[in-house]
Amino acid sequence: MKPIAVTADVLELEPLIRLVSNSGHGAVATFIGLVRDNNVDRRVTHLVYDAYEPMALKALAQICQEADREWPGVRLAVHHRVGHLAIGEASIVIAAASAHRSAAFAACRYVIERVKQIVPIWKHEFFQGGEAWIEGATANPEDEAARLEAVRRACA
Amino acid sequence: MRVTVRLFARLRDIAGTGDLSREAQAGATVRDVWQGLVTEFPEMARYESSISSAVNADYARMTAGVSDGDEIAFLPPVSGG
Repeated sequence: MKPIAVTADVLELEPLIRLVSNSGHGAVATFIGLVRDNNVDRRVTHLVYDAYEPMALKALAQICQEADREWPGVRLAVHHRVGHLAIGEASIVIAAASAHRSAAFAACRYVIERVKQIVPIWKHEFFQGGEAWIEGATANPEDEAARLEAVRRACA
Repeated sequence: MRVTVRLFARLRDIAGTGDLSREAQAGATVRDVWQGLVTEFPEMARYESSISSAVNADYARMTAGVSDGDEIAFLPPVSGG
């Protein structure tokens, strides 16, 4: 099990929890992103995720390094799913382990906020009556204001 | 020289493929490659201010130079998670 992955396989959180945890950790915070059945008044039927995989892996690794600088000693694992996802399936799973809960919660939140900013993955939404590519943030890993906004949200 | 162009999401839909091979002049930049694409696929023009670009799977500025055999990627705004 690798700590960072982009995969078409069904995601599982438990192996990530085991991977990041050790006897010095008093806390593991986790996040699961799920495909929901609605978005801005649209009845969503499924999603298809596209990724520039080698670059997505590098961006995820960068995010984990950033988190380690903000919360030294935190151990992270993050897997992102690609391909066809049905309603209710997990699109991303994150586990963050630390000696204390505050760093674990913050690092976990930071990872999902940064994923939405700089990881080259795209959501193709299929809904009743049509389809649309979802376009969120213009990815710029050098944008320090965006990174600090992710830190602020992580610590909110 | 020749470069590989990788396109994703809506940009791939516009081009009809995610993988193109294009000729580039010596001294060309990522922006030159992009402008060639916009000439070929005018619908891409509206992404001018929102795309990110990469050379060989590392983020790169539009002013970065390209070399023979490079893989140049254009990334619409991302929506992972």
